Amino acid sequence: MNIVSLSNSYDADFVSAVEKESKQNVSLCYQCGNCTAGCPYTHFYDIPVSQVMRLVQAGQRETALSCKSIWLCATCESCTTRCPNEIDVARVMDVLRHMARRAGYAPEPKVKTFTDSFLSSVEKHGRVFEMGLMATYMSKTGRFLTDADLGPKILPKGKLSFKPHPIVGKEQVANIFKRYNEERNS
Amino acid sequence: MSSSLTYAYYPGCSGLGTSIEYDQSTRAICAALGIELVDIPDWSCCGSTPAHTVDHTLSAALSARNIAQAEELDVQGIITPCPSCLTNLKTASHRMEDPEFKEKVNKLLDKPAENRLPIMSVLQVISEKVGPEGVAKKVVSSLEGLRVAPYYGCIMNRPPDVMDFDDCENPVAMDELMAALGADVAPFPLKVECCGASFGVARKDIVAKLSGKLLDAAEDVEAHAMVTACPLCQMNLDLRQDQINSANGSTHDMPVFYYTQLIGKALGLDAKSLQMDKLCVPPAKAFRKMEEARRANAS
Repeated sequence: MNIVSLSNSYDADFVSAVEKESKQNVSLCYQCGNCTAGCPYTHFYDIPVSQVMRLVQAGQRETALSCKSIWLCATCESCTTRCPNEIDVARVMDVLRHMARRAGYAPEPKVKTFTDSFLSSVEKHGRVFEMGLMATYMSKTGRFLTDADLGPKILPKGKLSFKPHPIVGKEQVANIFKRYNEERNS
Repeated sequence: MSSSLTYAYYPGCSGLGTSIEYDQSTRAICAALGIELVDIPDWSCCGSTPAHTVDHTLSAALSARNIAQAEELDVQGIITPCPSCLTNLKTASHRMEDPEFKEKVNKLLDKPAENRLPIMSVLQVISEKVGPEGVAKKVVSSLEGLRVAPYYGCIMNRPPDVMDFDDCENPVAMDELMAALGADVAPFPLKVECCGASFGVARKDIVAKLSGKLLDAAEDVEAHAMVTACPLCQMNLDLRQDQINSANGSTHDMPVFYYTQLIGKALGLDAKSLQMDKLCVPPAKAFRKMEEARRANAS
């Protein structure tokens, strides 16, 4: 069990940054555990969602941002829907993942690579190119047999295009990413 | 103003690929039910889950470009078949009610979004504007005897203050539509449980466990087939069903329809527009069981 020394490690700036970015008052969480009880991902988490909320309240930046759970939250909205104090818990989880990314944490590298491959496909083509996304993912992870078993099922159906569906305004979509990156780096 | 049911249609990227049968059957039944769809000109990706897990302003901007494109049309609102697109479009629109956030989003766009159009799922429009009674009137080939487990997925109705449709714990829109087609609707206890979402690629073990649970439950309620409204749920349950079986030692052989395909079938639409042949688990088994149930009822 991890023991946390609150007096030495409470990071007040972290608490207020999470609250500001998520627009949620995390001190409202009274640890009823309803979010964890309904979370389909608890089985895969290293820290259950109610304990992630507690770590945020306790200003434990390092532990909260380095956990796997925030990368495995699928935003299914069970926690948000069922929180008796109307905390948008899924939004807090999302914000923690944003912060973890900025701080360079990625304890679930394949999840991060999938996300990055997806967004680079959108940035490049304006729409997701499913075949291209898989190719990028496989080359970045070296997992060349990812879903190889699905090929014979799906290819004969003609559902997957071998070419992207570029749109006229793909520059406009690329501009969204460009401006976002400029804003972030300024 | 255009005719009473004219909407800007947002197909979503998977509608051009892995869920092409959802897109095609949606278009076919909307035409049959008198809902006019005008494709959003030059629509782009909403960013899906990856965008909002990276940044909320970026995610909202990717959705807002489409909202702005739709605002060029003379329509009553924006509709999409895909719950992931829906949640992104609606969340962007909801958060843009805050002027400060709206300004941040619009700064990323070439053309700002006014954010004035209501956004709904196709399911909501069929359910509320046509209604089960309206659909029932058009049924030419009843689905009597077909026992279906309606599975909504996690985000079509949640969180309720943003999605603003049906019940967030026990949605019934699809149940009512299926009943209107004559189908036997099983009480499916995991209607809004997550299927493992987009972890199929990076963490197959998650999808095997969560979608496996859904297939087990559908089997338990003796469903002949599952019915979904989400391209990702459908893909996990159908395309990945063999992966799930090998991971869990199960032997499911459960057809997984889009609700639009079953509506189309009951309305007597042609096979080409319903594209049942695109499903991985062959649906014929479910229809055989339907016939058997009818014969048993008749005798």
